[in-house]
Amino acid sequence: MEVPVLKQGPFLIATVQAALTDEDLHHLRRAMVERVVISRSLGVIIDVTAMDIMDSFASRTLREIAQMIRLRGAETIIVGIQPEVAFAMVQLGITLEGVVTALDLEEGLHYLNQKFESSA
Amino acid sequence: MNQTIRVPIHTDKDIVAARQKGRTLALSLGFSEIDSTLVATAISELARNIVTYAKRGEIQIQANGNSKGPCIVVIAKDKGSGISDIKLALQDGFSTSGSLGLGLPGVKRLVDEFEIVSNIGKGTIVKFKKWKA
Repeated sequence: MEVPVLKQGPFLIATVQAALTDEDLHHLRRAMVERVVISRSLGVIIDVTAMDIMDSFASRTLREIAQMIRLRGAETIIVGIQPEVAFAMVQLGITLEGVVTALDLEEGLHYLNQKFESSA
Repeated sequence: MNQTIRVPIHTDKDIVAARQKGRTLALSLGFSEIDSTLVATAISELARNIVTYAKRGEIQIQANGNSKGPCIVVIAKDKGSGISDIKLALQDGFSTSGSLGLGLPGVKRLVDEFEIVSNIGKGTIVKFKKWKA
């Protein structure tokens, strides 16, 4: 299941549509890092609203995506972590430390817009 | 009520299949969204351990219960090389595959009862139970 990526101005928006396998996650990681380079994006939003769970593998891969994109000089925001998913993540011991999160796509865009408006 | 769902585990797609079956069963037994997600997450971690360490195995998911109410029993079985030091494997931060090392202690926190039996050279059986709250 490929994750569609939309370009919106200086930002990229990746919307997860269904449960992702490990291979899907690795594909997403590669695709996002490549797209950030091609599009010269300043920010990336990954919408995980449709993700059924976030286990140790998924959260590690998302953190890696954020770190790789940061090395490119862009910022990643994970949006839409469902309440029950957040509950399970914390119980499992996952905090996604160092990764910016926001409630939903709207909040994520708001964050990026504010950040890049003030620095412009 | 005591029907067992068996999911052979070999690839990453099987991990998704196993956890989705676990969630569906939990929801059908009246588990909350949160508890169903906890069950699915625990299954995902155990199934991934099978794929990573043993290559092949099986997840069994069962509805069970008593006068206290329904529960879900999950058994993850493999014929891999086994875990030499279970105490160490249950410590937060321990991992032999360079992963986060949250696997087993994390799973233990998600469920109500947790058991692990491992024989070197023969394989590992992890069993957990989660009761409907």
